[in-house]
Amino acid sequence: MKIGVFVCHCGTNIAGTVDVERVSQAASKFPKVKHSASYKYMCSNPGQNLVKDAIKKHKLDRIVIASCSPSLHEKTFRKCVEAAGINPYLIEMANIREHCSWVHKDREKATQKAIELTRLAVSKVSRNKPLEKTYTTIEKKVLIIGGGISGIQAAIDIAFANYPAVIVEREPSIGGRMARFDKTFPTLDCAACILTPKMVTVSQSEHVTMHTYSEIEEVSGFVGNFTVKIRKKARSVDINKCTGCGACYNKCPVKVPSEFDMGLGKRKAIYTPFPQAVPNVPVIDRENCLYFKTKKCGICKKICTVGAIDYDMKDEVIEEKFGAIIVATGFNQFDHSVYGEYGYGKHKDMITGLHFERMVNSSGPTGGKIIRPSDGKEVRDVVFIQCVGSRDEQKGLPYCSRLCCMYTAKHALLLREHNKDSQAYVFYIDIRAAGKNYEEFVKKVQDEYGAIYLRGRVSRIFEKGGKLIVRGADTLSGAQIEIKADLVVLATGLVAQKDAPSLAQMLHIPYDKNNLFTEAHPKLAPVETITSGIFLTGACQSPKDIPDTVATASAASVKALGLMVQDKLAREPLIASVNQDLCSGCLACLKACPFSAIEEDEIEDRKLRRKRTVAKVREAVCTGCGNCTAVCRMAAIDLEGFTNTQIMEEVETL
Amino acid sequence: MKYAYFPGCSLHSTAKEYDLSTKEVARALGIELIEIPDWICCGATPAHITMHLLSLALPVKNLLKAKEMDSFEVVTCCAACFSRLKIANHFMQNDNKHRKNVEEIVGEPYKGEVKVRHFLDVLINVFGLKNLTERVTNKLSGLKVACYYGCLLTRPPEITQLDDLEEPHLMDDLMKVLDAEPVKWPYKTECCGASFSLTKTDIVLKLSGDILQMAHDEGAQAIVVACPLCQSNLDLRQAAIKKKYKKDFNIPILYFTQLVGLSLGIEPKKLGLDKHIVNPLPLLKERKVLVDK
Repeated sequence: MKIGVFVCHCGTNIAGTVDVERVSQAASKFPKVKHSASYKYMCSNPGQNLVKDAIKKHKLDRIVIASCSPSLHEKTFRKCVEAAGINPYLIEMANIREHCSWVHKDREKATQKAIELTRLAVSKVSRNKPLEKTYTTIEKKVLIIGGGISGIQAAIDIAFANYPAVIVEREPSIGGRMARFDKTFPTLDCAACILTPKMVTVSQSEHVTMHTYSEIEEVSGFVGNFTVKIRKKARSVDINKCTGCGACYNKCPVKVPSEFDMGLGKRKAIYTPFPQAVPNVPVIDRENCLYFKTKKCGICKKICTVGAIDYDMKDEVIEEKFGAIIVATGFNQFDHSVYGEYGYGKHKDMITGLHFERMVNSSGPTGGKIIRPSDGKEVRDVVFIQCVGSRDEQKGLPYCSRLCCMYTAKHALLLREHNKDSQAYVFYIDIRAAGKNYEEFVKKVQDEYGAIYLRGRVSRIFEKGGKLIVRGADTLSGAQIEIKADLVVLATGLVAQKDAPSLAQMLHIPYDKNNLFTEAHPKLAPVETITSGIFLTGACQSPKDIPDTVATASAASVKALGLMVQDKLAREPLIASVNQDLCSGCLACLKACPFSAIEEDEIEDRKLRRKRTVAKVREAVCTGCGNCTAVCRMAAIDLEGFTNTQIMEEVETL
Repeated sequence: MKYAYFPGCSLHSTAKEYDLSTKEVARALGIELIEIPDWICCGATPAHITMHLLSLALPVKNLLKAKEMDSFEVVTCCAACFSRLKIANHFMQNDNKHRKNVEEIVGEPYKGEVKVRHFLDVLINVFGLKNLTERVTNKLSGLKVACYYGCLLTRPPEITQLDDLEEPHLMDDLMKVLDAEPVKWPYKTECCGASFSLTKTDIVLKLSGDILQMAHDEGAQAIVVACPLCQSNLDLRQAAIKKKYKKDFNIPILYFTQLVGLSLGIEPKKLGLDKHIVNPLPLLKERKVLVDK
């Protein structure tokens, strides 16, 4: 065995605190070390060449690089030694930067520590084994969870590259939040006019399959080979027979508040959420349907000329395989009923921005009239309150929801356009209009549309004389102000979907304290997750407006397509394995594994002459985290790259 | 039911009728209130604007006196006393640094173990509204009242833990049991001007005037309070408000204990109903809720 040790200066990052020459000299005297050297930047081309040349010259067969964290450059040096003919798993990194020079000041002690760290790496590498990468196939199909603008854009991009995409959407139609919007800032083009063509594109694409009114039930597998169970909820209408004529919902006698119209309008018990719904196939809301409640009625079935109504339809669970998953589950609205000062959400003439979108929409429940929900009268004075929930650590969210400044400005503009005599008052903390043509838009609303912007918080809203009295502070003039409003519109913040944590757990992706899904790196991997093959787009990761959502959708699609175009996928060999002869079958490892990579197995015990239960690693799923090896009382589990022998060798060297 | 009773300075002076009515109600309901012997200042305004430590040490001294009485629950009526005693307990329970300093001053260890209750809390949550309903002999039917909670009863919520911060309802619940009609109004926790009463009376005239106006607009015939300072600002300043804003409200300001007393059939005089600036007796007579004896 001939070990080579290479000590990196990392400019002054290491050499500034550690005497690298002494480390190199000390290393040359460690057992089995045949050669040691130091260099200014070991990761640079000349540095790597120095390693390669030394391997050839001194016939080295194992390498230790004393430099930075393996997470930064282990891959670099694996490639380097592989090029020189050594198995890439016969190297070890001694982290003398993050673990030493960066955190210490005393040069002497730091040098001593660097020497010790290098000594450990040398002893560990002496027990390394050559390992080979394994290869798996890739299922050439992408699952997209969520059929809002995010999921729609991703599906279009995947389909454009001629790969199949499957959208799973829990509502009866795709379209998501954007389908509810009236106009979009800052250009004021109508949301439906730009969204509907995309919805149609998706529905007509030969590469896209849509499962609407469906939910994800179970996800297993790993990058390239995910197995997903999808629950197709009983629609009670045969999607293949229905022609979308609408006779059923025209005749349905049951009226309930429409979720799509935020309860401002009504829908039937058999319904499509909105006229442009895709697919244009109704669904029966069984909780409110007379037939399901009383077994009477049945009008829709009688009236349907193609026999599409099926009261006996049952939920169907299908299983499909995917190579990549794009999560596009969007957002929910902050629940403003926590604010006692705003009346705990009990005032009738207080609505949220999403209600306003429906109201101002000419095909909405009020036909585009902005009215008071309490008495149906048209409004004159409207108070908009920004940051409801957002930027409120006390009762709401610690973060800024990013779009409320812009949509409130848009609402103030639309209010004046719909009603020339109206007056908008906007309470704000700061105006955050960072986007192309955003600031200009807010200025326009203030200058040309006469919206009065008041910098301050609202302390109380109460009803008096049929109006809502909004009391707040105008911090710029220092005055307390009171506005008699016909309508109050709350710019409620964006929050994660209620079931975001359970979906994250199903997908094995992390989420933060606000239940937003966590990206692999906040700057350099914003659409990836740490679970390879699973990507994020849109507001499920953080609040995003439409342009950002579409951009991340296309970014996530490119990442997914990057997998689709590969023939096979290399997998690291650094995974766990169970010595089943030693295994006692306690299965503590099964509970400790966060990736469900351990399963029960049965072996024939020759001594006991009977079968017994043991653990087994599902190699394809194992990520090599090492949890199982730590809990195994019998030391029956070994993790390649961190075997018990390697660790013991290090400990004994200490 | 036995409690150590902490009246505080107001209930021995300007709010004598609060003290009288509380004791009468307690006696009638069999709630034993034993006044803490030799009690001292609760640490309110004069203390807490002078020195934080003083505002903690004074209430702790009182709580220790209560502890000597073998009573682990103190009852108080004044919103400021309630606030100071609760805050002192909060600091003794959660802040080691302050606890050590205060223990050094009072010369005894104290970890906030003496529980502090407002009399409103005792009536509603210990005696119970259901039990109280059975004791009501003289229903206050048709009396429209605005329940006014002021600032200290509910704030800070994590310390007082008494009622809803923005929309308190305990007194409203209580009034319903007496068959009075609490009006729905938005000024339950507005500021009355508090201790500006003496230093900047104009502020009190404006703020208390607004409260009276709102109560009047919403149809209240009387305002019910649980704080001596609220009572004094709203009652005492009505004459000056009339002079300044040309508005003659003539709204009686009553303690909740007085109305509970009336409903239990206690004589008005025993409840101190003759001690108000705005005389409530004509209204109570008109509404036929006075007890004839």
